[in-house]
Amino acid sequence: MTQSQPLLDVQHLKVDFRTEDGVVHAVDDVSFQVQPGEVLAVVGESGSGKSVTAMTLMGLTRSPNAKFGGSAKLRDLDLVGATDEQLRKVRGKEIAMIFQDPMTSLNPVHRIGAQIVEQIQAHEDVSDAEARDRVVKLLERVGIPRAAERVDSYPHEFSGGMRQRVMIAMAMSNDPSLLIADEPTTALDVTIQAQILHEMRDLRERSNTAIILVTHDLGVVADIADRIAVMYSGRIVETGTLDEIFYDPQHPYTWGLLGSITRIDRERPKRLPSIPGSPPSLLAAPEGCHFRPRCRHEFGDCVKYPQLEGRIPESPGHDDRCWLPVEEKRKRREIAPGQIGLEMEGATA
Amino acid sequence: MSVSISQAPEAATQEDGETLLDVQHVKQHFPIRSGILNRTTAHVHAVDDVTFRLKKGETLGLVGESGCGKTTLSRTIMRLIEPTDGTIAFDGNDITRTGRRQLRPLRRDLQMVFQDPFASLNPRKRIREILAAPLELHGVAKGDVEKRTEDLIERVGLSREHVNRYPHEFSGGQRQRIGIARALALEPKLIVLDEPVSALDVSIQAQIVNLLEDLQDDFGLTYLFVAHDLSVVRHVSDRIAVMYLGKIMELSPSEELYVKPIHPYTAALLSAIPVPDPKLNRQRERIVVGGEPPSPVNPPSGCVFHTRCPRARDLCKVEVPRLSAYPNGHVAACHYPLNVTEAEVAASTKSPLSPVNSGDTQPERVEDPNAPLRSGVAVDAPSA
Repeated sequence: MTQSQPLLDVQHLKVDFRTEDGVVHAVDDVSFQVQPGEVLAVVGESGSGKSVTAMTLMGLTRSPNAKFGGSAKLRDLDLVGATDEQLRKVRGKEIAMIFQDPMTSLNPVHRIGAQIVEQIQAHEDVSDAEARDRVVKLLERVGIPRAAERVDSYPHEFSGGMRQRVMIAMAMSNDPSLLIADEPTTALDVTIQAQILHEMRDLRERSNTAIILVTHDLGVVADIADRIAVMYSGRIVETGTLDEIFYDPQHPYTWGLLGSITRIDRERPKRLPSIPGSPPSLLAAPEGCHFRPRCRHEFGDCVKYPQLEGRIPESPGHDDRCWLPVEEKRKRREIAPGQIGLEMEGATA
Repeated sequence: MSVSISQAPEAATQEDGETLLDVQHVKQHFPIRSGILNRTTAHVHAVDDVTFRLKKGETLGLVGESGCGKTTLSRTIMRLIEPTDGTIAFDGNDITRTGRRQLRPLRRDLQMVFQDPFASLNPRKRIREILAAPLELHGVAKGDVEKRTEDLIERVGLSREHVNRYPHEFSGGQRQRIGIARALALEPKLIVLDEPVSALDVSIQAQIVNLLEDLQDDFGLTYLFVAHDLSVVRHVSDRIAVMYLGKIMELSPSEELYVKPIHPYTAALLSAIPVPDPKLNRQRERIVVGGEPPSPVNPPSGCVFHTRCPRARDLCKVEVPRLSAYPNGHVAACHYPLNVTEAEVAASTKSPLSPVNSGDTQPERVEDPNAPLRSGVAVDAPSA
């Protein structure tokens, strides 16, 4: 699966939060790797632990009530065990993050130029003038018109899409090797979303930045990702390449997720397929497979803890956590042919 | 629910169903005041001359990007704000200037479901009280209220015990069900759904959309379904109206809009939605419309989309395009329409839905209108 040394190697990551009601197992044994220049999409619904995973990599979930397990190695540095001092050195420089809401992630009382200059100077010893020049170039690169003037604007003078561009410019200011984007386009309109995705694709091609894209939108995923990790209730339930997940999905939750998206390029179904019920509480997730209570294919083995492992000999790296035998899964798969491009080659449009 | 496509070219004038809501040339301009005298210096043209009709039992999707005026329009229809100009008739009665007291009986028939299920339920009230409030306000007998709330909660897929809980005990999808139950309480005729599924996860979105369709069939409801993109709205709508900068750009039977978008803005919106199918996505040619919507304080002259339109020419800067009526009740406001034949362009007429200040120029079919739009940033009009 991996030829070269991965940029990021997450092994058995666990994040527990102590709350008044008990311990929340927000991230439960999550392992994945990211290669340089690769786009990994982490897909899941709210409460699946995808954002907590991303924020833990940045050290943003540290608190007296949080307990961590496992490791997340960025080259040689373990981000989980690192001291705050060590983290401060890599944050912004090696790893950068873009958040969902560009309205609240910029400081409203500082000019945007100054905010980016601050980040550059935190990691590099450059003069104010030099840093400012770099900021103007960065803003131009992410498609902000009249960047030389806009560098002195305040965040409120920008639209949502423009602010997200500023966030990307800020994230890219020290040429990080890993960019974590947490729902970067969710708050934006579709035409602006298309522009921002274009910007991100461009960055990855130009500077070989690896991207972890946290999202719930499978359309965005199909547009930009190389590999996918599907998360459910704190665990990765399936991971594989883009095509493996879309054309040979193994986990019934992935089927549900793929089946319930609305397609504009296909005839509309009478009823939208949906997953019954709602995700379990992370305080008391069911034993064994977490998806069990909502799964139509539950059987005796499902009470046992399913490992995330390769179950298809011919495609290594395509791992899942479902006890059903592979042939059985392919037979039972609820997504109709053609619905998500399954057996697309045979079908005529 | 089957899509009923009216045969008449003028769906707006020759109805094949009873009109429930009739919106005529509605404008909503908000004043901007400044200076020490607090004088009105400009106006935000939030809704700028919108006309449409909604038939009984129909679902009209209202789609547009943020700031296009879709929410303002739906609030105006709800009479939460009074329109600057134009008329709104509901069930045959003009409600444009009806006073607050006279509006009260009408509120029974006109209900709304809000976007954010976390902000639209009072956190201090039990579900029982939330659902009973509209019933009590409208004088349903005390004895019947309890029975009715329990029926309602079951009708939207929750259970009887839930009425004693508080909103925070529910997930987003469940809260939206409660919001829908509240809207249903008074057996309304029209429900305005303002982005009812945007805040929900995909698997839950499908549950809510299916529930809305069932309720419509059972109670003969009419929906105005407001959404910011074209993917979900397709599954519920009979017709779809696309808005941009306060104006209707295109109005079409739902299915036709996706295969035959006539307005370049609609085509761009469709193209911007990523298809969740990697192989198709790689083959697909994408139109990236550059820039952002202009300010509604000073909307562009002529066609409001001309500043971003890859097909814009000189005429587009000068003349407000009329809404031209094409077959199947499909109307679009574009001087250089897409996906139309020579004959259709020649036969097109000025739709009565057109804005008052629109011109009368027949649209022109430009050579090879089926060619994809030029991608990239909007370009200046080529000197023709």
